[in-house]
Amino acid sequence: MTRSVIRLTATPEDHRIARLAAAAIGLSLIDAAIPLPLPGIKPGLSNIVTLIVLSRHGWRVAAWVSGLRVVASALLLGQLLAPGFFMSLAGALSSLLLLAGAVRLPRRWFGPVSWSVLAAFAHIGGQLLLARLWLIPHDGVFLLAPIFAVAALTFGIINGLIAARLLAVFALRDPHA
Amino acid sequence: MSWRSLLRPGDWGVVVLGAILCAASFPLIWRSGRADQVIIRSGGEVFAELDLARDRRIEVPGPLGTTTVAVERGRARVVSDPGPRQYCVRQGWLSRAGEIALCAPNQVSVEIAGRTRAYDSLGY
Repeated sequence: MTRSVIRLTATPEDHRIARLAAAAIGLSLIDAAIPLPLPGIKPGLSNIVTLIVLSRHGWRVAAWVSGLRVVASALLLGQLLAPGFFMSLAGALSSLLLLAGAVRLPRRWFGPVSWSVLAAFAHIGGQLLLARLWLIPHDGVFLLAPIFAVAALTFGIINGLIAARLLAVFALRDPHA
Repeated sequence: MSWRSLLRPGDWGVVVLGAILCAASFPLIWRSGRADQVIIRSGGEVFAELDLARDRRIEVPGPLGTTTVAVERGRARVVSDPGPRQYCVRQGWLSRAGEIALCAPNQVSVEIAGRTRAYDSLGY
């Protein structure tokens, strides 16, 4: 019998994705700890990381970070494969799809705030759709849409501004990156 | 570094569009249960579908005689009916989607319809 050795080599990019995903997971745990009046409304702080990664490392890395964050934070919160997990997956997937397009907008005109607001709207759109199709198969769920839309706009702007500010700070500190 | 300098011109556009979308979603979604049409049936067949926004009075023939229905200021009611007990007349104004007045003896019904129905039917 020959002993087989499976060696996994982690590339520098893997390390980078892991580091960024860890930051996103930490923020989504903080998110879960913030009490808010309506279920389903969350600041989505971990999206700040997604936006920064999107700007500095591109969409592919952002998708990895976002996907790892959804799975790992669901594991940590005991939500894996629970309805909440699928809701957050639906939100993450639809925002990533929209960001794939939004990131191609001219940078001179559209920055992280645009991405953030657009992604936030895609996020609630995807979640409402999943909720309508699966969790609450009744048009009544759309009654909550205006409230979710206001929350998406508010937190979209705030997260986008934070991401833009951090990006500006990084650019000052490390002009070559 | 001021926060405002972080917003690029297109960002303002996206934010304004988002605000418009939010503002528009409230009336669009929350008023969808509003009534906008009245359906009058006679003998089970639709006799007339009237717009609730337009005031008018309509005479509906039935086996006992004529039932008069009035539409006024977004509401509708049975003004007079030849039936013996006058339930549908006494029901008064109907204004919400799903509300219905039945003049059973004369086989006439007046029903309020909206784009989406908050209730299958409302009776008192």
